[in-house]
Amino acid sequence: MAEFWSIYMLPGIIILAQILAIVVPLLLCVAMLTYAERKIMAAMQLRMGPNVVGPFGLLQAFADGAKLFFKETILPTSSNKIIFLIAPMLTFFLSMVAWAVIPFDEGMVVSDINVGILYLFAISSLGVYGIVMAGWASNSKYPFLSALRSAAQMVSYEVSIGFVIITVLLCVGSLNVSDVVQAQADGVWFFIPLFPMFIIFFISALAETNRHPFDLPEAEAELVAGYQVEYSSMTFALFFLGEYANMILMSALTAILFLGGWLPPFDIAPFNWIPGPIWFFLKIAFLLFVFVWVRATLPRYRYDQLMRLGWKVFLPFSLFWVALTAGVLVAFDMVPNS
Amino acid sequence: MSFIKTNLRSLLLWEIVEGMALTFSYMFKKRVTINYPYEKGPLSPRFRGEHALRRYPNGEERCIACKLCEAICPAQAITIEAEPRDDGSRRTTRYDIDMTKCIYCGYCEEACPVDAIVEGPNFEFATESREELFYDKDKLLANGERWEREIAANLRADAPYR
Repeated sequence: MAEFWSIYMLPGIIILAQILAIVVPLLLCVAMLTYAERKIMAAMQLRMGPNVVGPFGLLQAFADGAKLFFKETILPTSSNKIIFLIAPMLTFFLSMVAWAVIPFDEGMVVSDINVGILYLFAISSLGVYGIVMAGWASNSKYPFLSALRSAAQMVSYEVSIGFVIITVLLCVGSLNVSDVVQAQADGVWFFIPLFPMFIIFFISALAETNRHPFDLPEAEAELVAGYQVEYSSMTFALFFLGEYANMILMSALTAILFLGGWLPPFDIAPFNWIPGPIWFFLKIAFLLFVFVWVRATLPRYRYDQLMRLGWKVFLPFSLFWVALTAGVLVAFDMVPNS
Repeated sequence: MSFIKTNLRSLLLWEIVEGMALTFSYMFKKRVTINYPYEKGPLSPRFRGEHALRRYPNGEERCIACKLCEAICPAQAITIEAEPRDDGSRRTTRYDIDMTKCIYCGYCEEACPVDAIVEGPNFEFATESREELFYDKDKLLANGERWEREIAANLRADAPYR
């Protein structure tokens, strides 16, 4: 019995506690992100934004959540009911599981696996399935078109994201996410030597999360709300949460790959007093601000422009940088782990 | 030279950076919206809002049932019935305005020879049922009592221009 306790129960409880310690603050951050997005957009458009629920409207997201929770879930008669219900769950689930390998500080990670980056890449590629399933199962025109667009868009931009990650990995010499951050500890953060890659990664992250100016899957002018058209109540809320959690995830990934994760900007007195998770949080917050800032600034791309940018600009450019980085590393004998 | 310049501009995303700088600068500008139920915009003295029937300071109704307002009303929203009162003066027995028909043109107010029917500054008279918008004489007189101060001030402010 004691053996059963120490081998199975205790690690199980610890893992459960770790999961809760990540998911609960993450969902709170999602709630605050929707509020922050509305406030920042309002400020940039000279409006007020939500200011009625709670002080400065801070509880608006929770009011919206409670409203969605008490609404009726409508299942369209012609839909494929099972897939229709699985799709939002999948989107939400995938946006949560990826956090297992994100390090918040040195050693502060649920699962310190050696293929962390590959795992993240795999999970973010799976993200499109939620949308495709939703579009297919809805059995309706707009969601279907939206699913097609989303699939094509994500596939296109994943290619350049892959090359950008390869460039970073060439400089790190490890697929472990914590090692990526550690590699930036003694040198400079990767956004300085790999600045064009940083920009390409960020723009591809916008496309990957279906954010402006690449929000063609839910372009409200043409597709009403895209794959979310037939969804209501909690099924819609799960899509919404998943989408915003994905935004936070992509920001975290950008922070880890290019902005030195939990590292302070300078390893000197006032900066390294602040604990790592706070630096990490600040970097994510800054990137999320840029997400919203871009949304408030840019109009939506046309579909052919989106494809042109992905295949004819980003792909050759990132491929060129992979070759250039590899060449420089070999030429100056800076290849890591050699 | 211009070839290099245009290509450099598009490569450095110059126009996007410029646009983002513009939106960022707007973040710190003064908001143009007002916090409506707590703050309200200014209203002209000529504002045409909810109707009211006024009384003279001694409490006598101003309306003499001339029916000019009923005649001029382009939406035919006004219905008036009148007969002589016991003291011989001519007064309305019925004065109805269908607020769902009214187009707030202000012709009734223009036509009135005694400033009896006026459109006051009130625009927040939404109701939960359609029937509540069929105003009768009592409702209009009650409006007149409620808004008399504002209506009189507005009429005085606008008088020099009439």
